[in-house]
Amino acid sequence: MTRTGFLGAITRVFMWSFLLALVVVVIYPLLWMVLNGFKTNAELFGNPFALPLQLNWQNYAEAWNRGVSDYLTASVLVTVTSTIATVFISAWAAYGLTRVRMPFGRAVSGIILGGLMLAPAVALVPLVRMFQSMGLYNTFWALLILYTAFRIPFTTFLIRAYMIDLPREVDEAAEMDGANRWTTFWRITLPMCRPIIISTVILHVLFAWNEYLFAMVFTSGTTVQTLPVGLTSLMSKHGTDYPVVFAGMVIAALPVIVLFFASQRYFVKGLSEGIGK
Amino acid sequence: MSGQQTTPPSEVTSGAGFRLPPTVTEAITTPAKPGRRSTGRGARSRAARLAGLAWVVPALVLLGVFVYLPLVQNIAFSTQEWDIYSGISEFVGLKNYEKLLQDPVFWSSLSNNLLYAALSIVFQVGGALVLAAMIESLRSIRWRKALRAIYFVPSAISLTVAGLLFYFIYEPNLGLLNNLLDALGLDALAQPWLGQESTAMVAIIAMSQWQGFGYSTLLFAVAIQRIPSELYEAASLDGIGPVRRFLHVTVPLVREMTGLMVIVTVSGAFQVFNEVMVMTSGGPNNSTQVLATWLYRSGFVRNDFGYAAAIATVIFVVTLLIAVAQLWYTRRKKVDF
Repeated sequence: MTRTGFLGAITRVFMWSFLLALVVVVIYPLLWMVLNGFKTNAELFGNPFALPLQLNWQNYAEAWNRGVSDYLTASVLVTVTSTIATVFISAWAAYGLTRVRMPFGRAVSGIILGGLMLAPAVALVPLVRMFQSMGLYNTFWALLILYTAFRIPFTTFLIRAYMIDLPREVDEAAEMDGANRWTTFWRITLPMCRPIIISTVILHVLFAWNEYLFAMVFTSGTTVQTLPVGLTSLMSKHGTDYPVVFAGMVIAALPVIVLFFASQRYFVKGLSEGIGK
Repeated sequence: MSGQQTTPPSEVTSGAGFRLPPTVTEAITTPAKPGRRSTGRGARSRAARLAGLAWVVPALVLLGVFVYLPLVQNIAFSTQEWDIYSGISEFVGLKNYEKLLQDPVFWSSLSNNLLYAALSIVFQVGGALVLAAMIESLRSIRWRKALRAIYFVPSAISLTVAGLLFYFIYEPNLGLLNNLLDALGLDALAQPWLGQESTAMVAIIAMSQWQGFGYSTLLFAVAIQRIPSELYEAASLDGIGPVRRFLHVTVPLVREMTGLMVIVTVSGAFQVFNEVMVMTSGGPNNSTQVLATWLYRSGFVRNDFGYAAAIATVIFVVTLLIAVAQLWYTRRKKVDF
């Protein structure tokens, strides 16, 4: 008995050291990134482990003026609009698939959810050709359309799974009282789906904020480039002024980290529902 | 095939550009009109069923035009040689695919994707499962929550930020890694991690494990939480230690999640793009090219769009096979407690 207790204690010590070491491996690079955003170039190339001598907020101002303000605006615009479009279109589709009789219902749900299987890279070449001929290449609309179209399957999938489990009696009661489907959807079903709607909003925001492939291929001007692409051009345009790049990275990372900590509960739910069903 | 290549660009415009807005607005407004239902009985139900389609029309149109149509077009384009600047395309049959088979960079890209998949299974599936079991075995709920959240933070930031960050960590002069090795007296191991063929790919994959392990750990933790605690208590009472509890209770009962994670991880590994572009752009000497970056380079840098489309077809086939495996897997019997 004492032997297992001793072994157990050793195991626990090892486990805790491992878990805490991993915390350092995760946190330290991020902390280093934040600290480097406050250093001067000389400090950065001097001792990488040193703390900044003073908080150089100029790096942030510099990054902001060198395009980050434009990238941020573009990111916010694309993220907000594509989130609204994706979540509403997906919620309508999910309602249609779970509550409304329609011709070819099974085929429709197969087409919408089948989109989950398709990799965006596969469609890249034809999409470039299509967007060029539509005159949408290098516009805000290209990203809005692509982020919406490619995320509808996943978002619909999540909302549909939630709606299936909702009691139908409430809808039916509303219809008996003379409410039409449109009113039922807005007044009854959508409010009941609040938790999953919040999860899908958060997941979409994270996706749109961080997406790189489409953003890189479909935008090139400063005013339409989003943060992920903007950061790489900040890097290539300004050579070795690394502290400014670090400041830009912090500006890009901060909103999503805050969003994650503020909405963890919904977030975890969305992720586990998304993969578990 | 020949009809496909002679399609003037303007037709695509009228096809997709003008049709979209009216259908979207129609879908929004149609269900709001209750008057549509007040016709005769047979006609009424048929009309009602047709009106039901309005709910899914926006999703169908967007998916049809921007997801499925390009997919079909891609296969057509892969049989053409197309110059994006002159707009001239010419049917060449399977020539792009023949070129693919003889292209050493295509094969090294494919093997980089496979390496990516293999290492991700080890760390992001196997490692994450062990880690999740460790976290969930802690007595303090606070610590469990805190660790899950901290480990997840790299997954919340974008791959671009993580990639740039590790670009600097691997940087030979100011980077953390070489300076850390120096400080530990291991300066013999210091090297230009991303600048040489022998280490560049592994360095990129290591970054992506750092970025992604918290995500799979979180999902495994959720799966472990669903296991009834009586099972663990019974095992403890029988004198079964933590390692055997993990092997005989946890592993079998989260196997559904494990299977899904393997599939999702492998599928993701064949779509890798962002981290490679940010950290090396496929260099040095194409040693870190993966299928998606080689597609990009072939098309958008070397102006060989037909060839790029052929690479895209390969990605399509691989990811489709993986998706079919996933469907088959999830349709099998679920784990019962």
